[in-house]
Amino acid sequence: MDWKSLLLMRYELGLLAIVLLLIIFEIFSSKKQKENLISFAIILFAIHTLIGFLPLDKGELFGGMFNTNALLHFFKGTLNVGVLILLLQSADWLKDTIVQQKKSTEFIMLLFSSLLGMYFMISSGDFLMFYIGLELATLPVAALVAYETSKRISAEAGVKFILSSALASGTAIFGISLLYATTGSIYFDVIADVLTISNLSVLGFIFFFMGLAFKISLVPFHFWTADVYQGAPISVASYLSVISKGAAVMILMIILFTVMKPLFPIWTKIIYIVAIATMFIGNLFALRQQNMKRFLAFSSVAQAGFILLGFLSYDQLGTATIVFFVAVYIFSNLGAFGVVQAISTASNKENIDDYEGLYRTNPKLSLLMMLALFSLAGIPPLAGFFGKFFLYAAAASKGYYVMVFIAVVNATISLYYYLIVVRAMFLRKNPNAIPYFKSRPYMRLGLIIAAVGILMAGLYSPLYNYIFSISSSF
Amino acid sequence: MIEGISIYEILTLTSILFFIGVYGFFTRENLITILMSIELILNAAAVNFVIINTYLFPDFLQGAIFSIFIIALAAAETALAIAIIINLYKLVTSVEVRDTETMKH
Repeated sequence: MDWKSLLLMRYELGLLAIVLLLIIFEIFSSKKQKENLISFAIILFAIHTLIGFLPLDKGELFGGMFNTNALLHFFKGTLNVGVLILLLQSADWLKDTIVQQKKSTEFIMLLFSSLLGMYFMISSGDFLMFYIGLELATLPVAALVAYETSKRISAEAGVKFILSSALASGTAIFGISLLYATTGSIYFDVIADVLTISNLSVLGFIFFFMGLAFKISLVPFHFWTADVYQGAPISVASYLSVISKGAAVMILMIILFTVMKPLFPIWTKIIYIVAIATMFIGNLFALRQQNMKRFLAFSSVAQAGFILLGFLSYDQLGTATIVFFVAVYIFSNLGAFGVVQAISTASNKENIDDYEGLYRTNPKLSLLMMLALFSLAGIPPLAGFFGKFFLYAAAASKGYYVMVFIAVVNATISLYYYLIVVRAMFLRKNPNAIPYFKSRPYMRLGLIIAAVGILMAGLYSPLYNYIFSISSSF
Repeated sequence: MIEGISIYEILTLTSILFFIGVYGFFTRENLITILMSIELILNAAAVNFVIINTYLFPDFLQGAIFSIFIIALAAAETALAIAIIINLYKLVTSVEVRDTETMKH
């Protein structure tokens, strides 16, 4: 075997090396040095992110179980940037609480293992690799959700997450077994050639779709979302809503557009119904939330409904719009979660009422929150507007005009509840507003990168052209 | 292959097993029994893979190998779930579903 071909797995091997280095650091460092662990992990991961942007060949390994191409390369780089921002934003919280309990190495290792699972999941070339990647991506996150072992809501959220994710993956593999019965193979290439519409294959597809719909928290599999986000530590909630959801959208897109292509008359109908239900239920439930984390949870459910619009156009345009929207969504949501994290670290407040009068005391944070929420709502010229616009264009290109109309109605509803938060921050006066505080360097850096991402992804148009040009590569 | 038993009987059995698991997941009051229901679902899928492999596609061992991975990952999943449930039990001294509802809206 040619060892050079293993370089196609550069991302995976690099991340694995980081995890091993962290274990060695944990074993051989003195108590004093352990306080630097988080900086060490951030620097290692930043190097890994930078190396990730070097060019990478297209190819496959292990008889087609693992494959990589330009689009996956770009997407893994995007996930890396997201995790880097997330690490920067959560560094202060980790230092304040988790390092005191001597559990910081495990936290970062679990986070990276989950990211490793996502790499394998999105580059998988058969259902076995997909299943292993899915589990490797899910199980560490379940441990992270229940990480604050002394808090009751954290434990409750952990139980809810592990039980419902186990049900979802069990359903998904039952569906895969039915697909295996119809086609006789678990390799994506072979299945794509021999799959036809029959009762058994449609049943298998629906079971399989349920498993991924859980990960993306599509209605009716969204019940875990709000509770888990509320109970989990903020950085874990942010990870679930951004990185985990992005990777699941990517693999769902790859499987639907390549493997399940023969079934597209069936799955476009399913996507159509699920998208409408997801947008309406996510938006309507977000209206009545008081807790910021629950609010962002339902907002992310609604955003998942918007992403489904891109699936209706199953071609290069659909692929490009979905990847672009996910990239934009990563920056916008990380901006919003970053502000929530900063305020929670400084003052332990998480409710929308607590944000009243924030503009007078912390103008920069409120401006960033406004940018992020406007980008999520889709107001020009921010990145989110172009993301949504391209999704509408993709759905309209196949003639789904009613769908586009429903999506626009939902975008209007979502603008209302995003503006509730903006109004609380800018227009309300509150003598007990959160006092002025200065974030520490890591947090500031994380917030600045997110803000630059929100602005640049909207104003710098070659990004979309680049994504469109590589979208034909699979 | 098992003498005198066709694939239909076994697939019926696994389908029944699967839906017993789903029913148990939604109706049980105790977290441990919910975990047992999930095991039923996973085992239904594992048996499905083995049976489909032996009866329909005996040339390759894809299904059998998949079932081995299902068993291993199910064990990991169960271990983690038990750990989280034990932690919850330490905090609230109960493993009933109704005691995990402080975050309802």
